[in-house]
Amino acid sequence: MPNFGFSIHSPTHIDLDKNYRTIFNYVKVKEPSIQKCIFCGSCSATCTASNYSAMSLRKVNLLLHRGMVQEVRSLTEQCLLCGKCYLVCPRNVNTRRIILLIHEALKMPLS
Amino acid sequence: MKFDWFVLPFLSGLSFVTVYTSVKFYRWINKLSRGEKALLKKYIFSRSIWTSIKEIFSESLFHLKIFKTHPLLGYMHASLAFGWFLLIVLGNIEVKFYSEYSINPPYVPIFLNFFEPTTAPNFFGRGFRFIMDFLLLIILSGVALAFFKRFVPSKFGMKQNMRHRWFDRIAIFSLWFIFPARLVAESLSASIYHNGSFLTNTLGKMMSFLPAETLLYPSWWAYSIILGIFFFALPFSRYMHIPTEVLLILMRNAGIRSRYFSHPYQEVETEACSRCGICIDSCQLTSIGYAIQPSYYLRTIRYNELHREITDNCLLCGRCVEACPVGIFSTDIRRHERTLQHEMRTVKFKFNQNKFSNTYTEVLYFAGCMTHLTPGIKKAMTTILEHSGYSWQILDEDENICCGRPLLLAGQISAANQVIIHTRTQIEKTRAKILVTSCPICYKTFKENYRLNMLIMHHSQFIDHLYTHNRIATQYRNVNVKYHDPCELGRGANIYVEPRRVIEQIANLLPSSSEKNKAPCCGGSLGNTMLQAEEKKLIAKRALSEMNLTSADLLVTACPLCLKTFSAVSSVSVKDLSQLVAENICEKIPNNAQKIHKAVETL
Amino acid sequence: MPRIAVIGGGVAGMEVAFRLSQLSFEVDIIEKSFILGGHVHKWQKLFPDFTPAHQIVDQLKNQLRDKVNILFGNEVIKAEQENTKHILYLSDGTTQVYDAIVITTGFKLFNANRKEEYGYSVYPNVITSSELEEYFQNDKPIITKENRIVERIAFIHCVGSRDEKVGNRHCSKVCCITAVKQAIEVAQRNPDAEIYLFYMDLRMFDRKFEDLYLQAQTEYGIKFVRGRLSEVSEKADSRLFLKLEDTLLGKPLRLTVDLVVLMVGMETAENSIQLANALGIPVGQDNFMLPVNCHSQKNITGNRGIFVAGCASGPKSIGETLADARSAALEVYSYLNCN
Repeated sequence: MPNFGFSIHSPTHIDLDKNYRTIFNYVKVKEPSIQKCIFCGSCSATCTASNYSAMSLRKVNLLLHRGMVQEVRSLTEQCLLCGKCYLVCPRNVNTRRIILLIHEALKMPLS
Repeated sequence: MKFDWFVLPFLSGLSFVTVYTSVKFYRWINKLSRGEKALLKKYIFSRSIWTSIKEIFSESLFHLKIFKTHPLLGYMHASLAFGWFLLIVLGNIEVKFYSEYSINPPYVPIFLNFFEPTTAPNFFGRGFRFIMDFLLLIILSGVALAFFKRFVPSKFGMKQNMRHRWFDRIAIFSLWFIFPARLVAESLSASIYHNGSFLTNTLGKMMSFLPAETLLYPSWWAYSIILGIFFFALPFSRYMHIPTEVLLILMRNAGIRSRYFSHPYQEVETEACSRCGICIDSCQLTSIGYAIQPSYYLRTIRYNELHREITDNCLLCGRCVEACPVGIFSTDIRRHERTLQHEMRTVKFKFNQNKFSNTYTEVLYFAGCMTHLTPGIKKAMTTILEHSGYSWQILDEDENICCGRPLLLAGQISAANQVIIHTRTQIEKTRAKILVTSCPICYKTFKENYRLNMLIMHHSQFIDHLYTHNRIATQYRNVNVKYHDPCELGRGANIYVEPRRVIEQIANLLPSSSEKNKAPCCGGSLGNTMLQAEEKKLIAKRALSEMNLTSADLLVTACPLCLKTFSAVSSVSVKDLSQLVAENICEKIPNNAQKIHKAVETL
Repeated sequence: MPRIAVIGGGVAGMEVAFRLSQLSFEVDIIEKSFILGGHVHKWQKLFPDFTPAHQIVDQLKNQLRDKVNILFGNEVIKAEQENTKHILYLSDGTTQVYDAIVITTGFKLFNANRKEEYGYSVYPNVITSSELEEYFQNDKPIITKENRIVERIAFIHCVGSRDEKVGNRHCSKVCCITAVKQAIEVAQRNPDAEIYLFYMDLRMFDRKFEDLYLQAQTEYGIKFVRGRLSEVSEKADSRLFLKLEDTLLGKPLRLTVDLVVLMVGMETAENSIQLANALGIPVGQDNFMLPVNCHSQKNITGNRGIFVAGCASGPKSIGETLADARSAALEVYSYLNCN
């Protein structure tokens, strides 16, 4: 098939065939509670950091689930680790540990 | 000079320990910064050195703090340490009666009965032999107790023993066998030469059926070899604490503190830990099966083992620091190590500077993140502030800001500093006279990290202040209240009196066996990122049963996080101090009328 | 004639008792209060068709008349078993012997105080769905505690349901549709009010429910926002400031309302758990009673001769409860006739 030089601009869709979920898997092994999230948004609603930044743990978690790691760093770096998200989480997700593990994973050479 | 080949194991062991310890001490001190070295030097040549010498006697040798934990445990430690110390000191004096030399090799006093088999035929000769026998008996009783403690720690006021590694076990067994070996050697010697006293002579007579002449020499060898094994094991085992604790006491009293992970002071602390296991009982994670207490944690640091998860798995409640007989600030070590693990230098916060008020009021109330999840406290504080007569405002009315402590506890120092600068700017903008906060976590940070030019008060102090200045009045209720000291307010900021004074204005305050610096952590601590929800719940439940609320109608605490954690699991109702006050607040009545009212209520 | 005890006089208990009396058994209803009808008694209108709740209760009461014996003000204190007979010790001091027992103890509404951050019992204008129902006794506009007409109201879904923090992982099933129903009733009384429903997931599981949802959107302009409330604070004018996240847009959402309605979920009451223990019936992780299986034997418990119906074995709508009750009656019939 001839190549017309067109391609789908990558940020417009989530490509589950190509995205890799290394960070998600790294976190999942150490903190399985990340899998319990139902994306209700309690954490982001109460988030202290969301007052001045785009930080949303719900979004971070979704991005990790979908393997879209580019945005994760800028979001998680805004976290203040205050722990309010843990207190309101209806699924008892250990939120602060997840943030620390994401930081850890982002520091690794692979990512 | 007196010499026999059998002293070699002892002598080489002793030389090894001396050289090793000296090199180690030199390297630690050398690693200190210039300022710290100067501090240490200045201290050693100051008059306050005497307090350290006193402390070395009372803690390194006599173990006064352990006596306070449990008398039998204290006796066990003191008999071994102080008893052995006296045995060595008096042994050296005793030698003077026999030896023509003014300086003797170190093995002579240890094996005196070998080198000087006949007791000096005077009062001092017999007296010293008696004292040496007596001290040996004391030490042997300590060894016997140490042996029994392995099986019945409960008799020593401990719930469990430290689980030691094989190497420490060798050191322990060699220590235990030193004194029975000495007893055997001296008794055999006594059965031949009658050079003992009440203990060794009696035992010598009982052993008269043995071929004492053949056994005596090998028994001295055995004694020397065991001593040698102990000395060779000492630097690599828990017993390195014996010399290190002396240095620790000096450095601590000189004002040196660990500033970063593997700071020399921390290395001294690590080796000064005797792994006595007292911290294991004080830790609330013990009962849910984690071996993360300072005894274990410091051991993993010392032997360079992997321990990332142990570092994070700590409530930082500080109970172990309170309990530690050596005075090791293990929570600081953990925080420094977390910085090593979690520090994020790339973080740049973009704060919106204009979101917060800059109008002036006398009192600035900072609710804190957690208080936003316990609206009861916020509402109660509003009522109290309304009655206080001060002009006031809430800084974080709609949008909460963070004090920075959670980041500090997790080790993200550079991020925390940005938050602190931002929040300090917001607070300073209001030029308030008094800053009141409901959250002990915020309070501690404001006090320690903010350098604010205003009076900083936790709401318990503020309410107490309102009472003493007759600004509020409350109704007295005949309810029985137990007070729970939040970690950061009690052990963290040393505020024990004010909340109790406030409660006594309103209700009967019941005493508790675990309060003040012994109060348990609710389990919700921000210090821990490892625990799962079910484990936290279990800790909270056990903390409640530790406080024993059977006779209480109400549990009062002074921290939104404790309130939230406890109210989820408590059968007794839980309230914050501010809620108790706000519910019983009344229009001001004259002082004596209030007292009469109080008297009538109690009748 | 075999004797049967029905423990609990809510709609499930009444229906079971009636059906069993039709099958000519001697039936006792053991009811701890002094009225029949349980929770439905306190409700005004029922979803999805606004049937007056008292119609259902009255109809059930009429069916029962003179056919069953009702032991009001009674609770089971102790239970024993002798062969096929069940002996119940009641709180009035009597001892009764039965051939079969049907548990219809129902549920208890979640205590909203346990969700501290929502400010229930701290802020007077935070109420529960059950308290809102009291406003519907007449057609007057809904007002706040300060007698202001409600102009903006927020319904909060899943309060005490799907929340492990309060120990309830389960979905209470009926709150979603109840919120839609109540929102419509508010819209009818306060036509100018802005009505918001904040949900995690909308579960319109049954027939006509989706229609009611559509009606709420198109006829009454009720706004549905996917997002969960995190905290409530009170403004100086006693209006309530809510913090949420709009999870579809992924942005924090803040709004001020006059009244907050918490859609409280269903839980098992402590005394139902005690009863389950006394009768030797297992309860699930959600504390509701466990039947032998949830498909073909959903009224049969592991203990012979003891049956369960209605919300005692998990949240149900009224229609489902009544169907479950009839099915339980038939199970009892088969059990007694095979003995």
